[in-house]
Amino acid sequence: MPDVPRPPVEDWATDFDHTHPDYAASAPEIWDDLRERCPVAHTERFGGAWLPTRHEDVARIAKDTEHFTSQGIIVTDWRPEAPRPVGYAPPITSDPPFHAIARKFLLEFFSPKAIDGWEKTARETCRELIAEIRAKGLDEFDAATEYAQHIPVRVIADMLGLPREDGDKFRVFIHRIIEEPGQNAVESWEDTLDYYLDTKVKERRENLGDDLISYLCTADIDGIALQDEHVRGTIALLIIAGIDTTWSGIGSSIWHMAQHPVDRKRWITDPEVRPFALEEFLRFYAPVTMARLVAEDVEIGGCPMKEGDWTLLPFPSANRDPEAFDHADEFIIDRQRNRHTAFGLGIHRCVGSNLARMEMRVALEEWMDAFPDFELVEPEAVTWSTGQVRGPRRMPVRING
Amino acid sequence: MKIKYDRDACQGHNRCYMLAPELFDTDDEGYAILLVDGDVPAELEEKAQLAADNCPEFAIEIIES
Ligand code: HEM
Ligand code: SF4
Repeated sequence: MPDVPRPPVEDWATDFDHTHPDYAASAPEIWDDLRERCPVAHTERFGGAWLPTRHEDVARIAKDTEHFTSQGIIVTDWRPEAPRPVGYAPPITSDPPFHAIARKFLLEFFSPKAIDGWEKTARETCRELIAEIRAKGLDEFDAATEYAQHIPVRVIADMLGLPREDGDKFRVFIHRIIEEPGQNAVESWEDTLDYYLDTKVKERRENLGDDLISYLCTADIDGIALQDEHVRGTIALLIIAGIDTTWSGIGSSIWHMAQHPVDRKRWITDPEVRPFALEEFLRFYAPVTMARLVAEDVEIGGCPMKEGDWTLLPFPSANRDPEAFDHADEFIIDRQRNRHTAFGLGIHRCVGSNLARMEMRVALEEWMDAFPDFELVEPEAVTWSTGQVRGPRRMPVRING
Repeated sequence: MKIKYDRDACQGHNRCYMLAPELFDTDDEGYAILLVDGDVPAELEEKAQLAADNCPEFAIEIIES
């Protein structure tokens, strides 16, 4: 919940606020309504922002790096200062031509074959968490905070060569940055993610290992080592981009399964359906909405976007556009044609998509194996995150049998 | 049936590799490599169609002969 209550929204078409608790609670209904009556919504909040809801418009913006810049990707009341084309967290805040250079460092670490090597870590993590839950001997517990949340934290900590115990710190940093951007001006430097990472990068430069931080410390662009800010920005990005997102993906899948016994049964009895189910979870419950700043005036869906305006990129709304998907509003566990955009479109396609998929798959496999029959204790007790990453944050479940 | 793969449009979502590993591999950076040259073997036609239908970037096209 934000520190300051957000003013109520009168009309989502002209005054939307994606950080409002009402948006967290019912974003899919808001997108469906807008798509029909005003496919590109606007707000004066945040110094002026747009919300396109159709697949066509979202795809166009994601692929147009001329009229739109990634210098800003999280909507705030102010505009980011770090200059183009690098931005404060390469490659996500970078534009061409620098973007491709910054992205290339990461691709090999996150390719499907490289990620296969981390499956064991993910599976062991899930089994440990389930053992901890069982050891408490309760048949009711919170699947969001006691299970889903920890999986991406532990895996990325291992990949980066950081202590798993620092996971709680990561979560505090992330919460500030993506759920309450700009609302915590009071922190001291020692209490920031940048300070934490500065210390770790310095330590690592003196004592290189085979982890991802060491790799970035030794990487170079045309023979010139990456600057500390680049290394730090990229690691910050991996922590920020990889944790709440995957937590949300795992959590939403469990939320769905809790309420759909038929889908649970299908998953358990028909392993061939699982890859399709996973993509359908990603389509239907896509956790991530990105943003861009308008770099040059342009018209999208008949709306005049002006330089300096924000535009959101709600990939989850694109995923529910009936023009792009048959029966878009239905969850179809074995959907065969599914060009979903959960991991974005164009040059910024999620670098971590193979890791995120693997974690979601393993987390579900282990969960369904351990708890084939379960339900929500109370559907109204589930709370959803606000802002640009959407997933359940409190989700009490009851295990049956 | 032939497959037309557009490397410039491909962004490495790896859907094709997951759905049809007989037809697509991935390179070190996760971009697709088309493994068939010429006609798709009849028993793999369905998988080729599946890969094309799931590529978020529309980088795979099926050409029916
Ligand atoms: C279900 C989980 C996840 C979802 C839904 C997701 C979604 C996305 C989306 C939509 C983008 C595109 C950003 C844009 O267009 O501006 C993106 C970019 C990115 N994601 Fe993810 N992500 C997930 C997990 C991860 C993980 C686990 C990592 C790594 C540890 C990661 C690292 C990145 C990076 C580095 C980028 C920037 C790529 C670039 O700008 O070239 N993500 N993600
Ligand atoms: S699914 Fe499309 S974008 Fe993804 S690797 Fe295959 S061809 Fe490339």
